[in-house]
Amino acid sequence: MSVLVYTESENGKFKKTAFEVASYAKAVANQLGTTVTAVAINANDTSELGKYGVDKVLNVSNEDLKTFNAKSYASAIKQAVEKESAKVVIVSSSADSKYLAPLLAVGLDAGYASNVVEAPSSTAPFTIKRTAFTNKAFNITTIDTDVKVVGVSNNSFGLVETSGSASAEDFSPSVPASGVHVESVDKATDKVSIADAEIVVSAGRGMKGPENWGMIEELASVLGAATACSKPVSDLGWRPHSEHVGQTGKPVASNLYIAIGISGAIQHLAGINASKVKVVINTDPEAPFFKAADYGVVGDAFEVVPKLIYYPHP
Amino acid sequence: MKILVCISHVPDTTSKINFTDGDSKFDTNGVQFVINPNDEFGLTRAMWFKEKQGASVDVVNVGGPETEPTLRKALAIGADNAIRVNTLAKDGYQVAKELAKVVKDGAYDLVIAGRESIDYNGGMVPGMLAELTDANFVTNCINLEIDGTNAKAVREIDGGKETVSTSLPLVIGGQKGLVEESDLRIPNMRGIMMARKKPLTVVEATSAETETASVKFEKPAPKGAVTLVSPDNLDELVNLLHNEAKVI
Repeated sequence: MSVLVYTESENGKFKKTAFEVASYAKAVANQLGTTVTAVAINANDTSELGKYGVDKVLNVSNEDLKTFNAKSYASAIKQAVEKESAKVVIVSSSADSKYLAPLLAVGLDAGYASNVVEAPSSTAPFTIKRTAFTNKAFNITTIDTDVKVVGVSNNSFGLVETSGSASAEDFSPSVPASGVHVESVDKATDKVSIADAEIVVSAGRGMKGPENWGMIEELASVLGAATACSKPVSDLGWRPHSEHVGQTGKPVASNLYIAIGISGAIQHLAGINASKVKVVINTDPEAPFFKAADYGVVGDAFEVVPKLIYYPHP
Repeated sequence: MKILVCISHVPDTTSKINFTDGDSKFDTNGVQFVINPNDEFGLTRAMWFKEKQGASVDVVNVGGPETEPTLRKALAIGADNAIRVNTLAKDGYQVAKELAKVVKDGAYDLVIAGRESIDYNGGMVPGMLAELTDANFVTNCINLEIDGTNAKAVREIDGGKETVSTSLPLVIGGQKGLVEESDLRIPNMRGIMMARKKPLTVVEATSAETETASVKFEKPAPKGAVTLVSPDNLDELVNLLHNEAKVI
């Protein structure tokens, strides 16, 4: 009857979102008066999960699960849910978890709610709050099935440390063949991804040309941030499409979003509005972004950004 | 190849989002509805397959009669037939189940849906549909090539992309990248006139089974005014981000 959480890892190491969803699972388990079981796939050290409220880890080591495959992973997690007779399953909002969650939900005959931003306000009926209308509203939704799948929005719940420790047991689910085969993965390993980043430094047409992105990358590196860009910049080919954030690009839900030389078109704001704190740096005080931002600097990026880079950090 | 493109009928991004009936319903008053942007990229890619490789393209929507202008627009862009499943869309599972019936009845080889709709942002219909129809599934798809019954797709992942090989029958959760924004088509006069004569079939829903229920909507608390910092006093910005916002 425990709450089951899928704690995602990459190259054997847990992602930060794994600790966030574990913290969320613990909150739900407390409400239900039960424990938290995590399922970890090819993770090296599962003991860390205890710190975030996990009581037991089902440790899956399987060469066939070495690269992510939505169908195979959904099947492994489903078998863990059934073994634990879990009624509530928690996943993150990473690209991989959002890929597998609908498959898992159908497999379990479970209702699924994505982009959930708070612990349930009630467990009977099971009532959650999720974002809708691309962050312009919240939707209070009940999940009415016996088994429930909850996708937690990144950076919405935060990490909650406890003094507990997690026991571990090996778990060997069967891995069904999948009709989708990964041929190659193209991923910058030395950079923080937009989805995992706590801070995102994003720049727009105000940077005047791709040759001026050095200072954006430097500011991002100083802050340990991911770099992103507006749609015109990716359309012009100044930056790769993978950096485009906004309604038709990647969604951003970081703790801090710094927009440099971005006017703030409504489509852009829709995609980044889930970020907690927004800073805008723009020469035009009439830029719509100033209405959406928490902090603003009316000034030239070419002067402001270098000053920020060399500012001695607190 | 028989292609089905799933079309969500959504408020245009610039719409004011308001609610009625005790905040339980979206207020459609004065709202312009459009083809969900993620679906439009998929529809345009489907048209490419039709023109370059030979395929039929049908479009489908689960919704009431008010969604028909959006389906007509898809016909004007070039789809051959439209299907409307006549029921109010209540949750992702219900929509996926209705679509699964359409897919099975029409024996479609390739289904392209958007990765998510920009209204409910559930992001679950394509995956559920794939599972319910026993099809392969790739979401966040930014490139798709079909050769016979084999498919090669590129999926956007966190921090990069991944190339996968798979085969039909296939369900795609599409987005920008399937085609570029500049490839999107605005219906021309001829397209609009022809769309009037193209078949729009209304089928009745088979079940009303749902797994989740919307209780009500809330709007975010109104945001306070921006705190402006002088470009000559960036110490203050750093101080505010560190001590007030606590984000660095």
